[in-house]
Amino acid sequence: MATVDLKDVRKVYPGGVEAVKGVSIAIPDKALCVLVGPSGCGKSTLLRMIAGLETISDGTCAFDGKVVNTIGPTERDIAMVFQNYALYPHMKVYDNMAYGLRNRGTPKDEIDRRVRETAKILELSHLLDRRPRELSGGQRQRVAMGRAIVRQPKVFLFDEPLSNLDAKLRGQMRVEIKNLQRALGVTSVYVTHDQLEAMTLADILVVMNAGKVEQMGNPLDIYEQPASTFVASFIGAPPMNLLPITNGKFTDGSALSITAPAGATILGFRPEDADVTESAPKQGLTLPAKVEGVEPVGAESFLYCAAAGQRIVVRVSGRALHEIGAKLTVSAPLEKLHWFDKDGKRVG
Amino acid sequence: MTPRVVFPNKILPYLLVAPQLAITLVFFYWPASQALYQSMLREDPFGLKSKFVWFDNFKKVLADPNYINSIHVTAIFSIATALLSMVVALILAVMADKVVRSRNLYRTLLIWPYAVAPAIAGMLWLFLFNPSIGSLAYALRWMGIPWDPLLKGDQAMVLVVMAAAWKQISYNFLFFVAGLQAIPKTLIEAAAIDGAREFKRFWTIVFPLLAPTTFFLLVVNTVYAFFDTFGIIHAVTGGGPGKATETLVYKVYNDGFVNLILGDSAAQSVILMVIVIALTAVQFRYVERKVHYG
Repeated sequence: MATVDLKDVRKVYPGGVEAVKGVSIAIPDKALCVLVGPSGCGKSTLLRMIAGLETISDGTCAFDGKVVNTIGPTERDIAMVFQNYALYPHMKVYDNMAYGLRNRGTPKDEIDRRVRETAKILELSHLLDRRPRELSGGQRQRVAMGRAIVRQPKVFLFDEPLSNLDAKLRGQMRVEIKNLQRALGVTSVYVTHDQLEAMTLADILVVMNAGKVEQMGNPLDIYEQPASTFVASFIGAPPMNLLPITNGKFTDGSALSITAPAGATILGFRPEDADVTESAPKQGLTLPAKVEGVEPVGAESFLYCAAAGQRIVVRVSGRALHEIGAKLTVSAPLEKLHWFDKDGKRVG
Repeated sequence: MTPRVVFPNKILPYLLVAPQLAITLVFFYWPASQALYQSMLREDPFGLKSKFVWFDNFKKVLADPNYINSIHVTAIFSIATALLSMVVALILAVMADKVVRSRNLYRTLLIWPYAVAPAIAGMLWLFLFNPSIGSLAYALRWMGIPWDPLLKGDQAMVLVVMAAAWKQISYNFLFFVAGLQAIPKTLIEAAAIDGAREFKRFWTIVFPLLAPTTFFLLVVNTVYAFFDTFGIIHAVTGGGPGKATETLVYKVYNDGFVNLILGDSAAQSVILMVIVIALTAVQFRYVERKVHYG
């Protein structure tokens, strides 16, 4: 249990490539912080710097106010779950979990108690005598979790732990990780490129892009008020519709039905905030659109339309009865519109 | 399971394996059977006629104290050579694995000795440790060690073991480097996070995962020490002084081609064949059990 404070952390590789360009994050005790971003955004490098597996080029990383920059991974008292699980293939599940405790000189009966307790929580008790290669992907994932939990470390680090699982198992483990983290109350940093995982797990969500923090905060706040077009298009699926505007006109020359705030050059609205109607609402955005594709998912359908010279997506609940080529009007209420300036920053 | 390939033609499959079978028959089974036959013959001193004596040659060889001595010499020589070459190669491989800058250069340099012919390698060591002109022998004497492998049997043994092991280090090094590279880096990182320091990491993670490589090299190095070291021994000591470095293979040569006792020599080579088959079988049976693949 600890707070984790990153202050202006940078990573410059010997070749001169700057992978992390000054990141400051304060993670309070017991919080789950998720780093999300596209591949190559520096999120994994940042995690590895917190773990001590990469040196910090500049800035500080502190646990409970104590700077740990020069402390190696062995002494940092952290536990990490790797993407490929990194289970020791020559050891049984029991020994995989006991390894960290043995290295720290924990008494034998204490090790046995803790390993069996953890195995029970993760439903691994019947697998303790197996080797990793005799386990399924989901079971291996649990062992990797168990190896981290059994140590009772200050900080948990997760490096895309669910990306090797199938969709169903991933959803299941997501809930379990959240519950476990809550129950154990261990400060955690979780790296993922999956925005759904990020949204559902995070107490603090950090969206990263090109080595920098784009936005940080409560996941729903980020969803409601994305600070930039990057965040707007990264968080939420399908991504927000972004339409460029110049002098009150769209790229195809059609006029905007409402007035844009000063400096705004991009209009955004989420597929789930838009609607298709016969009669246009009195206030808000209306766009004439032509259906180009329909994607029924079951409980909802996505309409892919050509509008304002762009391809936009609209979510309609239930089954869409529109046919390809049909002309309709897309509308969105004023309070659900997002405006961005020419640098992609939020306006208003 | 991959499905069995079915050849529509009845003769073609036999034709395809025929070259390999022919080579094995001509170069292995035929000489082996010849040796077996010869091991039961005894020739008269002039080589004019030979007599079939069943197992008399074997009885004679196994009762010979020189032969028992040769077994001792071979055991010490093989174990020492295999151990020394593997340990040194492993240390070098671990160190070369850590080097970041110009690692390929170091690797190439470390692999070079393998290209040196055994007899040449032997001569190099012989010169280095020659009591009268060798530079390293001079250094040893300077340190107060009475160095004379031409007279002292144990020193001669040290010399041939060093020469034989040195020759094999490159080969072992190559396999250890490949074995180390096959160990995922995340395992080492996970062990570091699990609180294992470098030394502990090596013994609990790296070394067990290298086991398949180590086992393979153990088999190869034993066979090497048994058979392929003839050139080195011949060049460095010629089996001497006395019979201090006369290994089984060297004795086969000495008795057969120098002393021309062909029956004894053949009997010895048959025994040698049995020993190597038994040794390899034991290695696979017992040592391999402790090896984890993947």
